Amino acid sequence: MTSERPLKIGPEAGEAEDRAVQMGAVHLSGDEARRNAAAAAPIKARATNLDFYYGNFQALKSINIDIREKQVTALIGPSGCGKSTFLRCFNRMHDLTPGTRYEGSITLFPDDTNLVARNVDPIEVRMRIGMVFQKPNPFPKSIFENVAYGLRVSGRRSRVGIAEEVEKALRHAALWDEVKDRLDSSGLSLSGGQQQRLCIARALATRPEILLFDEPTSALDPIATARIEELIATLRDEVTVIIVTHNMQQAARVSDYTAFMYLGELVEFDATSRIFTNPGKKATEDYITGRYG
Amino acid sequence: MLRRLRRRKIRDRVIESLLLLSGLFAVFITAAIVYILVSESIPFFRHIRLVEFFTDTMWTPMFDSPRFGILPLLAGTLVTTFVALCVAIPCGIIIAIYLSEFAPHRVREVVKPFLELLGAVPTVVYGYFALMMVTPFLRHFLPDLPGFNMLSPGLVIGIMIIPYIASVSEDAMRSVPNYMREGSYAMGATRFQTAVRVVVPGAISGIAAAFILGISRAVGETMVVAVAGGLQPNLTWNPMESAATITAFIVQVSLGDLPHDSIGYQSIFAAGLTLMVTTLIFNIAGFMLTRRFREVY
Amino acid sequence: MAGAVETARAQLYASVGRRKLLDRLFVLLGMCILFAALLTLAVLFLNLVHDGAGRFGWDFFTSFPSRIATRAGILSAWVGTSLVMLVTVAVAMPMGVAAAIYLEEYAPKNWVTAIIEINVTNLAGVPSIIYGLLALGLFVYKMSLGESIATAGLTLALLILPIVIVATREALRAVPRSIREAAYALGATQWEVTAHHVLPYSTGGILTGMIIGLSRAIGETAPIITIGALAFIAFLPTPPLSGDFPYVNFTWLSDSFTVMPIQMFNWVSRPDPAFQVNAAAAGAILLGMTLLMNGVAIYVRYRFRKKINW
Repeated sequence: MTSERPLKIGPEAGEAEDRAVQMGAVHLSGDEARRNAAAAAPIKARATNLDFYYGNFQALKSINIDIREKQVTALIGPSGCGKSTFLRCFNRMHDLTPGTRYEGSITLFPDDTNLVARNVDPIEVRMRIGMVFQKPNPFPKSIFENVAYGLRVSGRRSRVGIAEEVEKALRHAALWDEVKDRLDSSGLSLSGGQQQRLCIARALATRPEILLFDEPTSALDPIATARIEELIATLRDEVTVIIVTHNMQQAARVSDYTAFMYLGELVEFDATSRIFTNPGKKATEDYITGRYG
Repeated sequence: MLRRLRRRKIRDRVIESLLLLSGLFAVFITAAIVYILVSESIPFFRHIRLVEFFTDTMWTPMFDSPRFGILPLLAGTLVTTFVALCVAIPCGIIIAIYLSEFAPHRVREVVKPFLELLGAVPTVVYGYFALMMVTPFLRHFLPDLPGFNMLSPGLVIGIMIIPYIASVSEDAMRSVPNYMREGSYAMGATRFQTAVRVVVPGAISGIAAAFILGISRAVGETMVVAVAGGLQPNLTWNPMESAATITAFIVQVSLGDLPHDSIGYQSIFAAGLTLMVTTLIFNIAGFMLTRRFREVY
Repeated sequence: MAGAVETARAQLYASVGRRKLLDRLFVLLGMCILFAALLTLAVLFLNLVHDGAGRFGWDFFTSFPSRIATRAGILSAWVGTSLVMLVTVAVAMPMGVAAAIYLEEYAPKNWVTAIIEINVTNLAGVPSIIYGLLALGLFVYKMSLGESIATAGLTLALLILPIVIVATREALRAVPRSIREAAYALGATQWEVTAHHVLPYSTGGILTGMIIGLSRAIGETAPIITIGALAFIAFLPTPPLSGDFPYVNFTWLSDSFTVMPIQMFNWVSRPDPAFQVNAAAAGAILLGMTLLMNGVAIYVRYRFRKKINW
């Protein structure tokens, strides 16, 4: 997807750079090594000509994208552009709605599994790909059981093993210190931000290959949002992340790659620093400068 | 892990079929009801012609020369139902309007469960109530009222079905969207005017459904009339007389010791079939009326 | 000109005043009717207690029916009621909950589902005595179960099945979609989502529906009379539990029985006023049990609602 772009020179480019700095695109601060690493990362998943239909309505039109391993890819675009729809293709959540249909493929590497193929079981897919939702949705069970659930479903029996994994996941989600003394209390007793981190821990416990975030902070206050964003930045070392966000600053802050979608199509996809400083398409530029959406 | 997944999926399939079977059981019950009522009535209708069944004015299955005219039982059923509705419909509607449009939230939350208790009282207890309390009470005003009559059980059935009518109507009224009320208030209407001119017409199909439910209950009610209505079939439209309803007759035969293959015994299935059809007619009529008056919003 | 405006305003005020008065009158009327309805319930209960006061006592619970009113009791009736309810719960609970799960969680939108839905709705409106006729034709004649506890239990189970189904569906529907999605996203199968999450979180609502259904079943008289239950039962069914191996037996299922409402009906229909006292006492106990069950149902609903706050 590295399309050729006209080189921009002069004041225009400078302006764009300033804007990106304001928006907090961290990678502009000269983290050259990081950017190089991103470019070199192997491909974890590749969507090829992916179409998606709700009944007769085509919600996604021929999406092509490469998701790089252990990188954060952000999906941005105005409401209804299909970014959440696309995200939910990765773990086949659409299979729960009757009358939906996928065409094309999302290939998961290294084993070349087509995630949206009819003969691939959605349950198998979901055991490999985790998801964190818009609104925190912990089960009304204990904190421990919330995190242990994925392990139990996949057939883990050993009590010690489960306890270890639960602790590890809670630590990764930066929640362990806050809840280690009350693992038996209900997941619903936590604050909104903690609940969302519990949901992240729950998704991490089964060691997913890709973790999907569907506007994970839209129901949270700014402080809780900041913590989740920090957390996503650290998760990058462990897992491939795809995040849908309606908040461009958030995309600029947390992601390595950004895809801009509009009306069910992928308009532009590139390194985040590029998208926010030097977008190749007029539509992208209009969107990130706030001219619509 | 994949073998385990296959096992989990097979288990899912098996369970889904079991659940479907349970769902289909409801269909089976309906089919069984129709089958039993019809098949057990056939021997009866071999002896009694339909014309006779619907035109004869006497129902005397226990006599030596029995006669099988359903009219007296049907009349008893309709009279008690009518009396019951005269109580239940105005009271139910007023309570529904009050709870939905006037009562504060707390009052509604507290009162509704108590109101529903009225519908939970065992019917045989209501029978006792009608016979031992309501009839003697009514006799203060109507000295000629016989000990067994249709007025008293009718009134009691009316009380019994108030909660059904009130709570279904209230649900219907509460589902009328608020902007319709606001529109009316903005025109300077009072609560009462809004309730009567906007909310009730808007909820009319739900209210009609409540009436149908109430009628079905009243038509099918058994023990109150069996205890307090007397068990003598009597072709009359006067609620101050004693008479039997279809349901009371079925109880009476069940209590007796008629041989199972006697025509008197088979007559209870014919009576049951008539009851079912009566209920069905009311339901269909209600359904058609509802369709006609439904306000679309 | 100014005078005309004045008059118009005066008329307007008068009209508003009249209309507001109507509002108040209606509130008064509504409260009166509501109060009268609730008063009826109180009068009914207190009257039963008052009329039956002479018979309350240990003897009443431990005596069989008798031809002498003051010696008659409800022993066989309450034992019969308990055993019949046991059968009813054992049948109606699994069947009703399973049907509700199917309709709410599994059923695709097709004609089979539509037919099931219509049937459940219609069954709720079928008069109870029709269930009695069904049981008479099906269980007593065709399946030769006789006038037994099993027949009565099954009959009442069919009768309350729609109540259980409707209440369970409502409870299942209250579990938010996001919880189901969370479980699916972790790789749970549909049954796992239902069994691990949806069912446990809706236990309160399901129990409430079951108790309401049972409180209806406990007072049902007509269908039990129709299947031919006797009122005069001066013996107890075989005890379901015994000290000898195998400890549990099912012969009681085919025993004859009587239940509380039948016993009461039998006493009500006797001309001797002494038996009316017994009827009142039995009625007070029956009504008390019904009210208690409804109270428990309300409490259970309240407790579970407090426990899980989505």
